[in-house]
Amino acid sequence: MEKLDLNVVIAGEAGQGLVTLSQILTKTLVRAGYYIVVTQSYQSRIRGGHNSYALRISHREVVAPTEALDLLVALDQNSINLYLPELSDHGFILVDEKVSSTVHSRVIRAPLADLADDKFSNSTALGMVASLLGLHKDSVTRTLREFFDKHAPGTSDHNAESLAAGYDWILNYPVKFPKLHPSTLPEGRLTLNGNEAIALGSISAGMKFFAFYPMTPATSIATTLAGHAAQMEFVIEQAEDEISAVNMAVGASFTGAPAMVATSGGGFALMTETVSLAGMTETPVVIVVAQRPGPSTGLPTRTEQSDLEFVLHSGHGEFPRAIFTPGDVEQCFHLTIKAFQVAQKYNTPVFLLTDQFLADSYRSVGPFDLGQLSPLNPCLDSCVSANPHLTYLLTESGISPRIFPGMASQCVRASSSSELVIADSDEHTQDGHLTEDLSVRISMVEKRLRKIDGLKSEVVGPEFIGTAGPETLFVSWGSSRGSVIEAADILAGRGRSVATLNFLQVWPLIPENFVSILEAAKDVVAVEGNATGQFARLIRRETGFHIKKVIHRFDGLPITPKYILDRI
Amino acid sequence: MVNIAEYGDYETAWCPGCGNHSILLALKNALVATGLEPYNVLFISGIGQAAKAPHYLNSNLFNGLHGRSLPVATGAKLSNTELTVIVESGDGCNYGEGGNHFLAAIRRNLNITLIVHDNQVYGLTKGQASPTSEQGFVTKNQPEGVFSQPFNPVEIAVAMNASFVARGFSGKPDHLSTLIQSAIQHRGFSLVDVLQPCVSFNKVNTFGWYNQRCYIIEDDYDSTNRDMALRKASEWGDRIPLGIIYQNRRSVFEDRFPFLGNGPLAKSPVEVDRVSQLFDCYR
Repeated sequence: MEKLDLNVVIAGEAGQGLVTLSQILTKTLVRAGYYIVVTQSYQSRIRGGHNSYALRISHREVVAPTEALDLLVALDQNSINLYLPELSDHGFILVDEKVSSTVHSRVIRAPLADLADDKFSNSTALGMVASLLGLHKDSVTRTLREFFDKHAPGTSDHNAESLAAGYDWILNYPVKFPKLHPSTLPEGRLTLNGNEAIALGSISAGMKFFAFYPMTPATSIATTLAGHAAQMEFVIEQAEDEISAVNMAVGASFTGAPAMVATSGGGFALMTETVSLAGMTETPVVIVVAQRPGPSTGLPTRTEQSDLEFVLHSGHGEFPRAIFTPGDVEQCFHLTIKAFQVAQKYNTPVFLLTDQFLADSYRSVGPFDLGQLSPLNPCLDSCVSANPHLTYLLTESGISPRIFPGMASQCVRASSSSELVIADSDEHTQDGHLTEDLSVRISMVEKRLRKIDGLKSEVVGPEFIGTAGPETLFVSWGSSRGSVIEAADILAGRGRSVATLNFLQVWPLIPENFVSILEAAKDVVAVEGNATGQFARLIRRETGFHIKKVIHRFDGLPITPKYILDRI
Repeated sequence: MVNIAEYGDYETAWCPGCGNHSILLALKNALVATGLEPYNVLFISGIGQAAKAPHYLNSNLFNGLHGRSLPVATGAKLSNTELTVIVESGDGCNYGEGGNHFLAAIRRNLNITLIVHDNQVYGLTKGQASPTSEQGFVTKNQPEGVFSQPFNPVEIAVAMNASFVARGFSGKPDHLSTLIQSAIQHRGFSLVDVLQPCVSFNKVNTFGWYNQRCYIIEDDYDSTNRDMALRKASEWGDRIPLGIIYQNRRSVFEDRFPFLGNGPLAKSPVEVDRVSQLFDCYR
């Protein structure tokens, strides 16, 4: 018996080693050529509290999470109580016989203590899962050994033996569990989540400075970067607060280092004065906002898409910006590179807006084509604009050529005081000094806003999937994309006329790119992870097109295809 | 050789008699004495009357937000350690709005200099109490007088083992100039707290008030002796010590990034070959 896709959930208390077990399994599956979608759900506690790691697996491309439950690895009784009602007809629950006394035809109570030392029981369980799924013992053992060689040297042999004991035990256990369809993907794919893809994207883009203050769900961007900083020779620093983090980034960028910060809504609230500063001083900076449910502390470890309006309007005054909203892990990588390029070209703040679901969602990602990669080289474009240099030279494009303090054109060492760089948060003259001359004020506002035309020319247009003029058109932005696409596929399979329009960039918007698509559909349905339909409202404001139906989700969980289908 | 003309001479927006004028002159003299060219110096300032000072001399400048100069300076220095980075702002900016950054900067110990114009009042916003205002100080916004005890930046900095701590007075510009020069030349985070009268809004801590109390620390004072420094730093009131209160040779933050010795980060862009190696650990 084979099944097209399987959803495995590993659940238990925080601190039980759940993530280690899950990540080894995840990497083994990606190496074996399967597509995956991971949904991590955890409570804001170090130990205790219910956590789960859901792993959807298929040989066909899957892009969305699912509620279906085919195999639960329960590390505690509570997980069984929570998930037993959700179990699919052919599903099983795997649990240590010491942990649970639940007697049920679908519960496999495994004698983990008989098979291996308690310390390695998670590896035993991992062996059982691998065996149930029909993975090769060698491949999962290799990934397990790699993990423990790196993180707990000296324990690899014991863990591998425990894994083998579990693997073999299942071979002799009389269950009929659906096997995975053989995979066809070539080797060399990467196991990455959204935050890792952003971190790798930022390095690939040419980032040289990163500052942060820890905040879930953005922190793993910093963790990933910290692991590569020495090798890649960029500066990473944990600041005393988010205000400091973003001001450090602005300072580093001013002196020539492409810079980024990453935070979530509350931390971003602290950064907003400096967003405006970057707009006024025309200093490029990339700001990642990984959303979680608010207001205030909200649900700190859950997901939501409710900071679109906040990010769009953040910072006092008027200045140009761009907001990218990657829809999957691969887009996190590519759009981070794009964000750096746009920030650096237009000397203004640029945002990446993601959320906890995408940040933590591992996927199998095709190896990136680095042949086209061209990391930023700030010196190449640096150019003394006049004699003396004018930081805010008035130009047709609004873009003023930059040099960096202490350096002239092409980063040649400065040699005269005609190569000074002066920037001001006050309104300023072309040379950068503060002014109260109101005619200068007008010319500077207009100069800054002229950059919007350039930003518009760089916009990543929405992705349209389906046939023109559908009966139903789903509109998504950011991480809702996958579920919208799958929901549309399912409906199309039932004979419905349906298409999707997915926005990877929500600002600036170019109505000519998509209004005709909206108008051609009979029903337009926006799908958003918030309570108020922020993007639907933005579209109406910018285009006059009124999206009347919005599917909202704001319970802290990601939108799934089923969630959409139940509401259509 | 650099001469003072290269640092320029500009009309200012300050009141006649304001201490800022002589601080600016002392600063220019210190820069000339250190032999620094204007284009190798980067000033970072915040908001307030003091924060305008770098606009009145030739050098690189980032005039940012109220209270946030130190983080900007941190990023700027790390991105280009060849620059001489000087933060210049007032007591409200550094000890009020930016208080957390002040503490963090002392802990971090970058090789930067912080010059604080400390007039114990807010001038730009027309005379409210500042973090260093004396208890009982009456303003239009504090008509019953200030209740909170004043912040003693010198004492805090010594207590936190700051790398270089000095206090100057705008009424002794030559002495102040040598302090600023020493601060710039000191390798590590250097604080120069500069007492100055505000002729418009502080009628208590006048030029005469400071002049009567301030004295230059005796020659045999050992500024490397922390116990002595703690005692000296706590002196305030009838007698106010001026000079280098404390200095040490703590290791400098930027040294923990060996590659910063290769020059400005802008000049070492990411290499594609090294990027491709990164992906191996995700396969």
